[in-house]
Amino acid sequence: MPELLRYLLVILGVVLAPLTIAAGLTWGERRLLALFQDRYGPNRVGPAGVLQVLADMIKILTKEDWVPPFADRPVFVLAPAIIIIATYLSFAVIVFAPGIAVAELNIGLLFFLAMSSLSVYSVALAGWASNSKYALLGSLRSIGQMLSYEVFMGLSLMGVVVMAGTFDLGAIVRAQAGLWYIVPQFIGFFIFFIAGLAETRRIPFDLPEAESELVAGFHTEYSGMKFAMFFLGEYVAITLFAAMLTVLFLGGWHGPGSQSTLVALGWFLLKTLALIAVFILIRASLPRLRYDQLMEFGWKVMLPLSLVNLLVTGAVVLWRG
Amino acid sequence: MTIVFYLSAAVAVIATVLVITRLNAVHALLHLIVSLLAIAVIFFTLGAPFVAALEVIIYAGAIMVLFVFVIMMLNLGPHAAEAERRWLDPAIWVGPGILALILAGEVGYLILRGAAGTTGAAIVGPQTVGVSLFTTYMLGVELASLVLLAGLVGAYHLGRRRGAGEDGEGERTNG
Repeated sequence: MPELLRYLLVILGVVLAPLTIAAGLTWGERRLLALFQDRYGPNRVGPAGVLQVLADMIKILTKEDWVPPFADRPVFVLAPAIIIIATYLSFAVIVFAPGIAVAELNIGLLFFLAMSSLSVYSVALAGWASNSKYALLGSLRSIGQMLSYEVFMGLSLMGVVVMAGTFDLGAIVRAQAGLWYIVPQFIGFFIFFIAGLAETRRIPFDLPEAESELVAGFHTEYSGMKFAMFFLGEYVAITLFAAMLTVLFLGGWHGPGSQSTLVALGWFLLKTLALIAVFILIRASLPRLRYDQLMEFGWKVMLPLSLVNLLVTGAVVLWRG
Repeated sequence: MTIVFYLSAAVAVIATVLVITRLNAVHALLHLIVSLLAIAVIFFTLGAPFVAALEVIIYAGAIMVLFVFVIMMLNLGPHAAEAERRWLDPAIWVGPGILALILAGEVGYLILRGAAGTTGAAIVGPQTVGVSLFTTYMLGVELASLVLLAGLVGAYHLGRRRGAGEDGEGERTNG
């Protein structure tokens, strides 16, 4: 019975933690952006503006949830649900600390890639179902972008798989006990980081929702709770990518004193939050790319680079036996 | 595991029937994606998690996205639904329907005779798949990669622009 109880607690934690971080990020991102740009940001509601999260939630929940009459209703409703489901399911395979995981699959890494490739549908269907020019253009852009960047996102992780010899995320973290993979696999880390920015459609890769040309891209027609799901989905996806970077390259739960589960969880959280802050710093400091630059960069620079990385990693692993 | 197998098999069959009968192309594609996901679950219950993951990544996550991408740009109106409705005329589907019924009957007969294989006999991990691909089935892998290379060269040839500059609307070759 205690075993079952512990398992249920882990599931509850995995459901609540990303949601809490994502909700906190709606405030945290604006505060950090303000800090980087030398202004205040939301600081009126509650201490340092923390209760802004609550105020935003009340605002968005009381707004009218409008489905345009020209939209394809079932698909229009389905689209925002897909992004939440697909990103959330990926958290099921992440190993947060020894024994703290919903499912330690032997194909954990592939499961993550599968779920992230399914989240493309959310954007595609939202744009199509809205039946509006801007939404359709935005979603066409994002399908092209996400499909292209997915190719080398998978390839950049294969270096880690070659070194650890498994797709099991728990085993990958245990293999980093001596040396974090960010050192031997720095190119892989770099490529995966950029692919993560593109997959979450953040600046400088936010062309699908470029407000200066496409109003708001694929979610132009969305309002109320459905819009909030896209918005929250983006923050959950950022949290997911930060957690995956931690697992694959930053040694997961490893750190001084990580024999105790609580300290291990603390290390995991610390690394994830630090990476999220880097994501926000990039948003604060870079301009948006042009679409042809984005595609060219993906296929002509990142893809060959990830192939070379895989080749060299494979050769070195073979040579060292 | 057996009940999961039959459940996902039922989902796959129903979704596939809906793929054929839906009049809206995007709705049909959505049912096809559900069918592919159900098949991935079937692979998982049969003890092939690696194949299940690849099914989702490649078929549901990449190939079907391209289908959706193309259909999104076609701007299908009400006349498309009308054309679809004409294709669902009994005269068209009775022949294939009878053939499919014969196959379904054979499957039912095999299941009732107990001749079907057991589910989840042994779990085939990623490593086993990799090793057998690069030893036992080496020739097949090489041949498949040759076919893919031919496809790649063909696609490059068809998509190539002739004469015009970088951003000019150059003439496309007919292949």
